[in-house]
Amino acid sequence: MCTYSTEKVALADSSGKGPTGWFPLETATVYYDHPVHAPDEHTVNIDFLNPAHGPGARVAVELSLDSARELLAALAVTVDRAAHH
Amino acid sequence: MQHDAVLAETIGIRGHGDDAIEAYTARPMDATPRGGVIVIHHMPGYDAATKEITRRFATLGYHAICPNLYTREAPGADPDDAAATARARGGEPGAQLVGDAAGAARSPSSPPTSNGRVGTLGFCSGGRQSVLAGIEVDVQAAIDCYGAFVVGTPPEGFPLRVRPLDDRIGELRAPLLGLFGNDDSYPSPAQVDELEKLLQHHGKVYEFHRYDDAGHAFFSVDRPSYRVAAAVDGWQRIREFLARHVATRGA
Repeated sequence: MCTYSTEKVALADSSGKGPTGWFPLETATVYYDHPVHAPDEHTVNIDFLNPAHGPGARVAVELSLDSARELLAALAVTVDRAAHH
Repeated sequence: MQHDAVLAETIGIRGHGDDAIEAYTARPMDATPRGGVIVIHHMPGYDAATKEITRRFATLGYHAICPNLYTREAPGADPDDAAATARARGGEPGAQLVGDAAGAARSPSSPPTSNGRVGTLGFCSGGRQSVLAGIEVDVQAAIDCYGAFVVGTPPEGFPLRVRPLDDRIGELRAPLLGLFGNDDSYPSPAQVDELEKLLQHHGKVYEFHRYDDAGHAFFSVDRPSYRVAAAVDGWQRIREFLARHVATRGA
């Protein structure tokens, strides 16, 4: 399968740490496609990017579907808890 | 003893809009007239696996060239960073691909050792682009390895600039070799059927091979999708197809 399906998210007041240190994040792309490194045919991939800082300003993850679900649940719980702070 | 030296290197070529872009080339180091093969890299970019494929065509006796379609967006970047940049921008526009492929087609044909014939080949997203190049560029053969959306409608909300080529198959100017896995979803066997009907309808020269127990990316030796039987037979089909349509005749 090669769907190219991509969700794009605008990010604000967020940072990531890449190969050259911390940088502000502008966008995230989320897609289910072939990984570069993870040992599976398809993974949920997230690229946290800052295009103004060049292609290397990127924090990338490739998650198995199960791991992505766990992360999604953890994010939901964390964001929910944050609302009560 | 056969002299089989091959030279592989990065060069600059002129692509779409006369832009300077980089390309990886590999060619036999002898004076025999040779055909050219344009390798169109897949969406993950101008990566080590694609360069390896490019070198393989040189060992098969062709002047092979792989233009870096992401040169503009991400010059000098790691291939995966460049691919991420291109994806975030919505993928490469079709016109740009055509211009870059045309620039590559001029390149392998221009050395004095070339026979003036050239084929295009691509895997995955490059498969569709190979068909597009076969429509738009003066090539003598096109090879589509499981390209998605040559026919078929991309899902709703589809963010990338990928347009199916259903209505352009009649314009295909080169024989087409298609290699597909029967377990693939994009392209699905039904979409491969649809493409085949269009080729028949327009009286095009084509050759399709479909493999059981193979899905998408069955040629990828470093991925779990690799399927030995399909890949071995597929390479043989590619060799034969290029020998018929691109290799030097009567040399």
